Formats: sequence, C-alpha cells, structure tokens
Amino acid sequence: MAAPAQLPPQMELEVPVTRIRPSRGWVALGLGELWEYRELLWFLVWRDVKVRYKQTALGAGWAILQPIATMVVFSLFFGRLAGMPSDGLPYPIFSFAALVPWTFFSQGLAQSANSLVGSQNLITKVYFPRLSIPIATVLAGLVDFALAFLVLIVMMLAYGIVPGPEVMALPPLLLLALVTALGAGLWLSALNVQFRDVRYIVPFLTQLWLFLTPIAYPSSLLEEPWRTVYGLNPMAGVVEGFRWALLGTAEPPGPMLAASVIAALALLASGAFYFRRMEKTFADVV
Amino acid sequence: MSSDVAIVAEDLRKLYRLGEGRPRHNTLRDLIASSFARRERTEPASIWALDGVSFTVKPGEVVGILGRNGAGKSTLLKVLSRITEPTSGWADIHGRVGSLLEVGTGFHSELTGRENLYLSGAILGMRRAEINRKFDEIVEFAEVARFIDTPVKHYSSGMYLRLAFAVAAHLEPEILLVDEVLAVGDAAFQKKCLGKMGDVAREGRTILFVSHNLVAIESLCGRALWIDGGRIVREGPPGAVVSEYVQASFSPANERIWEETDAPIQLRRTGVRPDGGSPGDPITVRTPIVLEFEYWNGDPAAYLSVSMAVYNGQDFLLFDVCPPLEPDWREHPSPTGLLRTVCHIPGDLLNDGLHRVSLIVLRDHVPVIREPEALVFTVQDTTDERDGWYGHWPGAIRPAFRWEVNAPGRASDGTASPGRGERSRPAVSDKDPGRGAPSRDRP
Repeated sequence: MAAPAQLPPQMELEVPVTRIRPSRGWVALGLGELWEYRELLWFLVWRDVKVRYKQTALGAGWAILQPIATMVVFSLFFGRLAGMPSDGLPYPIFSFAALVPWTFFSQGLAQSANSLVGSQNLITKVYFPRLSIPIATVLAGLVDFALAFLVLIVMMLAYGIVPGPEVMALPPLLLLALVTALGAGLWLSALNVQFRDVRYIVPFLTQLWLFLTPIAYPSSLLEEPWRTVYGLNPMAGVVEGFRWALLGTAEPPGPMLAASVIAALALLASGAFYFRRMEKTFADVV
Repeated sequence: MSSDVAIVAEDLRKLYRLGEGRPRHNTLRDLIASSFARRERTEPASIWALDGVSFTVKPGEVVGILGRNGAGKSTLLKVLSRITEPTSGWADIHGRVGSLLEVGTGFHSELTGRENLYLSGAILGMRRAEINRKFDEIVEFAEVARFIDTPVKHYSSGMYLRLAFAVAAHLEPEILLVDEVLAVGDAAFQKKCLGKMGDVAREGRTILFVSHNLVAIESLCGRALWIDGGRIVREGPPGAVVSEYVQASFSPANERIWEETDAPIQLRRTGVRPDGGSPGDPITVRTPIVLEFEYWNGDPAAYLSVSMAVYNGQDFLLFDVCPPLEPDWREHPSPTGLLRTVCHIPGDLLNDGLHRVSLIVLRDHVPVIREPEALVFTVQDTTDERDGWYGHWPGAIRPAFRWEVNAPGRASDGTASPGRGERSRPAVSDKDPGRGAPSRDRP
C-alpha cells in the first residue's frame, strides 16, 4: 500500500531517447544498431556452433562427411564414367576445391532461411536487431568451413599441389561466398516468416543452384562473353576463384569474378532492405 | 528533452488481424488463390489490441498494469519494448530499456547453466563485462551453483525458472518492462521474485509491471493503470484502481439459483442476507450475516459436505473454512434430497468493500462442484464513531475487540474513564466479548 521510495532519477548522464512509431515503406538498414549489438551477434554465433552437433553421433564429422561423400560420387560418375574435363587437374581435388566453399554456401543458405522461424521464441519476446539472426547463422558455418578446408589441405598435400601467391585471394573469395549466402538467406528468411513454402523451396533451390555452378564441370567449357554472363551466378565466381587461388588453374577468372561480385552485392543489398522492410511484421506473423 | 519523464506514450494504437496475428496468407497458394478470388472474400476480422493509449511515467515510478486477459496489457509492453510496431501513435522512451516478457528468453536446453546465463544475459541486453561482474551473484540468487555446468535440460523446472529469473533480475536498465513473470514457480520462488522486484523499485528504477497478482500490484506499485479493450479506463493509486477493477470484474450476486439438472449432486441456491433480513438487504461492517448453501443429493451412498473461502475486494483470501463434521453423519451417507448448509458470520468481522465467496461441494471429501463466485456481496461501511477519519479503513478484516484504558497508578479501581475504545464501538460494548470473534460451534 505504501508507495515505494521515490529516489531522485539517476540519469544525469546522457539519456538515450528512443522514439517508437510506425515505420512506412523502406527503412534504413540500422547498421549502427547492429554494431551496438555485436556482442549479442557473437553470442548467437557461439550458440549455433555449440548446439549444431549436440547429440549427434558423428558430431563435427558431419561438416566434412558431406563434401567428401559428394566428391566421391562426382569423381565416380562425372570424372570416371562421363569423362568430364577438369582443367587438367585430378578430378577429385578439382571437385573438392569447389565443394568446400559450395557446402559453406548451401548450408548457410538453408540454415539462415529457417533461422527466423526457428527463433520465434526470441522474436516475440525480446527486441534486438533481427538482422543478427541470419547473420549469426551464416557466420556459424565458418567453423564447418574451416574443418572441411583442413581436409582440402590434406588432399592438396597428397596430390603434391602447392599454391602460389594467388592464395592471398582466398579470404576475399570466402567473403564473397558469405555475402552470397547471406543475401539469399535474408530474402528467404524474411519470406519464410510469411510463406512457409520457403521450407520446400530451399532444397530444390540449392539443388538447382548446385548444377548451375561449375562444381562438377569447369566453367572453361564456356566461351567469353558467356563465361562473364555465367559469373552473374556469384557462386560461379567463388568456385572458379577457389580453384584458381588454390590449385593454380591457368587463367584468373577476371571478368567473370567481377560479375559475381556485382551480383552478390546486389543480392545482399536487396535482401537486407527487403528484410528490414518486412521486419516490423515478424513478431506479429511468425 | 529533460529527464523528468521516463516514458511518454501518445495515442498508441495497434491493429491485429484475427485470430491471434496469423498471416492472411499462410502459403503462396492462398495468396494466389485469394488474388484470383477478386474482392469477394470478406474483410479479415481485426481487433484494436491498443485503441488510443496515452500516459506518462516519471523516472523512478513503479506502475502496475492490470486488466482482463486480452485487454491489451501485453501488447502495450510489446510495443514499448519495440518487439512490435504500433499501427499509429508514438512513444518516447528516455533511457535504456530492459524487457522481461517471459522467464527464460533465449535459453537453449542443450547448453549448460553457465552458457545459458551468458546467452540469456546477452539477449536481454547485458554486456559481457556486466555478466562477468554479476556472475557469482546471479548463480547465488538462483541457488544452482552445483549444477552450473550441467545442461539445463537436466534441470528441474524449479531450477530452470530460478536461473532464468536470476539473469533477468540482474538487468540494470533505467526502465524495466515486466510481464506476468511472477505467475510461475512455487510460493517460495514467487516471494523471492517479488522481493527482488521491490529491491529494484527501491533502487529508483522505472518499472512497468503487468500482473494478475493484484496484491503484488498494490504492494509494489505507486500507481496503477487499468486497461480494458485497448484503452486506459482508470488510472491512479493502486489501492483504488485495484478495488474498482475487482468490483467491475464481479457483479454482485447476493442470491444465486441454479437450474435443475440430471447430475446426482447439484448446487441449487446460494444466498447471503443480514441475520434476520432477506437477500438484498444492506449489509454493513456491523451486521451479523447468514450464508446459505442449498444443494441436492440424489445419491443415497454419498456423504456430502461443503467448504467455503471468502476473498476481499483485492482478491486476498480472508479465510477458508468448512463446518465441523456432523457427528451423526460422520462416515455415513448424507440424506437424499435437498440439503442446506448455513454459515453464520458475526458482525464486526469483515471490512467494508466487495467480498467473494468461493464454494466447494465435496462428495466423500472429494470436490465435485467448484463455484468460484458462489456469492459476491458488498459490505458497507458505517459512518458512526469514526473519530473524524473518513478515509478507507485499512485492513483485511475489521474486528471489534474489547478495550480497556485505565491508569493503574491512581488509587481508585482503574476505570478512570469509560475508555475510548469502548466508546467508539458502542455496538459491542453490551455484547459478550467472545462473540466478536469468529466461532465454528455456534448454537
């Protein structure tokens, strides 16, 4: 019944004022706020990594089993039986060098597409920049990538392949794969909140995308300018870039890679703005 | 803007489509189908969960929000904590906001207590350094030190709740939005949570607190908002708002009659009246009253009894009583046909205000009928002998005791004056003092 003691306000420092009002149409990306919440982003990545292989028998083995199994199948059917050209490289390492970034991309795409729906309990109960959720999911895939990359190094040693200075291009190429996965993931995760059809589209989409990417075959099958047009699939640039940086295929994928970078950035920017536009409905609809 | 306000809300409105915020189109197919269905489909039903809410909260204020389910309380907190956007209107929040709309937000069952503590803390807005600093304190508050490195999926539900609440309780934003989190856990845990909330309030932080626990709202808050139909219908001191809310929630029922049914045991009629009067006659704090419960026994093998609980206007349980077992009927079946149990409540026991009687009819000591609003009646105050005090007389009950005032140092017999206490209760002075107290075995 007694009113609690009313102490003087302890807000002598600068008081941040948040204005809450309905937003209309396209909204800013809010990157500053995303940066303020970077610790949360890190915790979400760390949670995803920790939880990913809990209560699985193989654990992190799954991270390398998938690309290895695909490589074996590809080597048998495309390499041996179909006699697919492989830019003069042994077919297993030719395909594996492509499968490692591809697996990072396809897992990142699939998991970020489901990330918002899977975080329903968070989205409806607490505020934070929603972009953190798909970003964290894609970033968590880097751990799997690192494991698969170790296998790739072992294979390169086995084949006696030593990369030249081109290997310095690898981090930006990985970033390109990340941007592509995130761009597609932002579109799909935001769509998935309203249309659960996305769940059925994703496996189909990744399968199609796999064959539209020069993983089982080299892009050198195409002549310019078609090769550059092919680069509008950003993963084509990533995969050929990986081969060039690690295995030293003859020519650098210059114009093709440029097309990939432009396409990936366009995908990311459009995905981010679409995501932000739909964000206000997430808590009500998810 | 200066810092003499913490929250300003101006005409907040929020429209939800029924039911419960489902999307209009669950799948693309529905979208395509409805696009082709031209304009024939009916407009989707919608509801204004908030319908023009405006208020101001000063820094350091503790404001309780009460209202029925679906009144818009939780939507208000969701809008203020930026989980969802208002449809129109605006609000300014001055300061860091922590919202606690659920116990255990962000917990992952596969992670250990320690890991969840960090994760949940980060999700609720704590910096890592802050969590490090408070880690021991949180673990101690939660009483889970031994299991801090065990995955929380192996925790008992009590341990889980304690840890989850402990994290949230150590948030240090300037403004805390809390939704009904005290409704979970056992009594000891609830007491601990309420205590912590009180501490937080005394530290001078601004709290908006949604609860169905009216006693908690009254004791913790300095002000209450009653929300109904998405609007603030009443705002003011918690005691006044709570009792108005309770009065509006229960319509008085001094007599209730039930239809006959096929059930072997049925409640037929309840009534409350002043002793010697009839239902509907006014009841004051001085009036002895009679509660009557009539029920039907159609089972010759059943032993029936009743138990009743009386709550006051703040929904606080005053007492929970049952008649002593009838020696003749003990372990024997009750007579069939209409049975009546009558309870006499003496005058000078109940305080003024609304009272609710919750009745249970037991068959062989097992409840078969529960009627939480068997009777709802108002006890009126009397205006005599209040010694100039015209406010609400505090207290859950209003007993009349026998008082004596004397001066033992005087040589005379010690009854120097008639005694103020006796004078102020003329109605009891001529009674046997024992009758002022409730008794079970009245003739």
